[in-house]
Amino acid sequence: MRDISFGQYYPVKSFVHNIDARIKIFVTLLYMVSVFFIVSYTTFVCMFALLMIIIAISHVPYRIVFRSIRGLIFLLIFTAIINIFFTSSGNVLLPIKIGKLVINITDQGINFAIKMALRFSMLVLGSSILTFTTTPTELTDALEVILKPLTYIKIPVHDLAIIMSIALRFIPGLMDETDKIMMAQKARGANIDSGNFFKKIKAMLPVLIPLFVSAFRRADELADALDARCYNASGKRTKMKVFKLKATDLVAFFAFVAIVVLIFLDKYLIGAMVTPPDLGGFEVQGLDIFVYRLIMIITG
Amino acid sequence: MPIVIKHLSFTYSANTPYEKKALKNINLEINEGDFLGIIGHTGSGKSTFIQHINGLIKPQQGEVEIFDLKLTPAKKPKVNLRDLRSKVGMVFQYPEYQLFADTVEKDVAFGPKNLGLSAEEVAKRVKTAIEMVGLDYEAVKDRAPFELSGGQKRRVAIAGIIAMQPKVLILDEPTAGLDPYGKEQILNLIKYLKTHCSPTIIVISHDIDEITRFANRIVVFNDAQIAYDEPMQQLFKHSRQLQKMGLDIPRAVKVVNNLRARGVDLGDDIVTAEDLLKAIIARYNEKHSAQIDEGACVFDMYDFSQKWLTSEEREELGLIPKSEEVPKAQSKTRKPNKKTKPRKTKDEEGKE
Repeated sequence: MRDISFGQYYPVKSFVHNIDARIKIFVTLLYMVSVFFIVSYTTFVCMFALLMIIIAISHVPYRIVFRSIRGLIFLLIFTAIINIFFTSSGNVLLPIKIGKLVINITDQGINFAIKMALRFSMLVLGSSILTFTTTPTELTDALEVILKPLTYIKIPVHDLAIIMSIALRFIPGLMDETDKIMMAQKARGANIDSGNFFKKIKAMLPVLIPLFVSAFRRADELADALDARCYNASGKRTKMKVFKLKATDLVAFFAFVAIVVLIFLDKYLIGAMVTPPDLGGFEVQGLDIFVYRLIMIITG
Repeated sequence: MPIVIKHLSFTYSANTPYEKKALKNINLEINEGDFLGIIGHTGSGKSTFIQHINGLIKPQQGEVEIFDLKLTPAKKPKVNLRDLRSKVGMVFQYPEYQLFADTVEKDVAFGPKNLGLSAEEVAKRVKTAIEMVGLDYEAVKDRAPFELSGGQKRRVAIAGIIAMQPKVLILDEPTAGLDPYGKEQILNLIKYLKTHCSPTIIVISHDIDEITRFANRIVVFNDAQIAYDEPMQQLFKHSRQLQKMGLDIPRAVKVVNNLRARGVDLGDDIVTAEDLLKAIIARYNEKHSAQIDEGACVFDMYDFSQKWLTSEEREELGLIPKSEEVPKAQSKTRKPNKKTKPRKTKDEEGKE
């Protein structure tokens, strides 16, 4: 338990860590949307290369970033299989008959499945770069700034931000507490790690009850402390750390916007300019058309 | 030799940016009957160290031998941890935060039940444990632990450990967060447990004045290593080095050191307030032997005032022979330091 650092923040110094959190969140959102507009394998390769470069300059080891996909492998495989089985367009590669039901596995289905899996993993990789390089506090602060316009439609953004930052602030403490209580009960001979599911739940009670008691106690104390300082959520207050855009932030931002523009060009412009080759139902899209033609020329 | 620790090292979060060395090559032997005090800064490794003794942390390097059980980094043979925990009891810091059951009795029974004892044996042990910590068994057994006072909760938590009847008892900051009266009671409880329950006791404490009152041996942790391991009387020869580590030294030792700097040498083996008092009285009497007949004068080390002792107090300190007329019970209940040791926050240094 103690070995797990809270959240994913990886404390090293780098260019990526230094970028303004607002920009990072904005860019990540943009990235997440644009990943779904990538149509050609060529763009996938380029985007992947870009991600690798960003990870390299963020000084977060590759193995740690890639660990974040590990938990999603099941989801990836599941969506891929669904895609393969439920796409009926394209050239049939393998027809499967189960009684009267016929499921055709087509090249287009496999094409979709691979692209979907690529999109998912790039989505996770990209967003984990954000969490690896930004502290939870920075994230909430930046979110508060970004969501500020919502206050005009009576959404209490500041309250929500405070709730979030308090929650984040308390997680490490509660984890420490859990650790301590678990040790204390283990020292009293509690057997927490073995037994079947129900036994384990029952064995967790001596840990959970004191944990809840202490969580409520902490909440009480914090509420008193806030009260004692006349805290008022609706009051106007200044920030201790004011976000200030640096030149490098803007450079990073516009560089990324340029890449997004390329993704959209790839999807909409190239498809409209060049006629894709006719391969039955199998679609070749975007820059892949050029790659396809190049391969055709080389192989004759 | 109940506990032998050899070449023990431990690192938290190895190979990450959060890496922290908590123990570096620790070697220590703890004998049966030791009353061991452990002092050191926060983060000096003392907590990690005691968690090894209870098998809560598996050694990464080196080995820990407790009675006939051997803990090593190897996966096999598997150590019977239940057996280990019945031998080594551990009272964590703020142990009252681990209470969970709806009655005091059930909570104290948690430990012995986990040891797999019979119902009668568990009930017997619970009763003895609750009584041992100085609570009224009948009055307290059906109450919810959460409605007790802070000091009572702590005793219930300690009873939960004692009920397992460990041969070695480890306490981490047992008096933290208690008022002076509660502190005094817990300290007396620990002394009582030494003779009646667990012959070997290990106490971690920040309060050096407190630890010197009962420990016979002190281990100083500094920067994940053992800096000193000395009998209590000898440790404070290293006063200067201890202070350099940022550790406090007993107030009596401070007085002795200051007096020495002014040319009065009271000797090396004064650690507690009682020792100091005796030494000062002895020195005073050497110089002012004529006054003994009229009543001895005591030099109060806390505020530099002089005080005249009553004849009873002089008797208690052994300055004049005990008179037979004084009933024994009365003289026993009176502590020699009762009048002469007011707990003042003022230090003698502030007065210089």
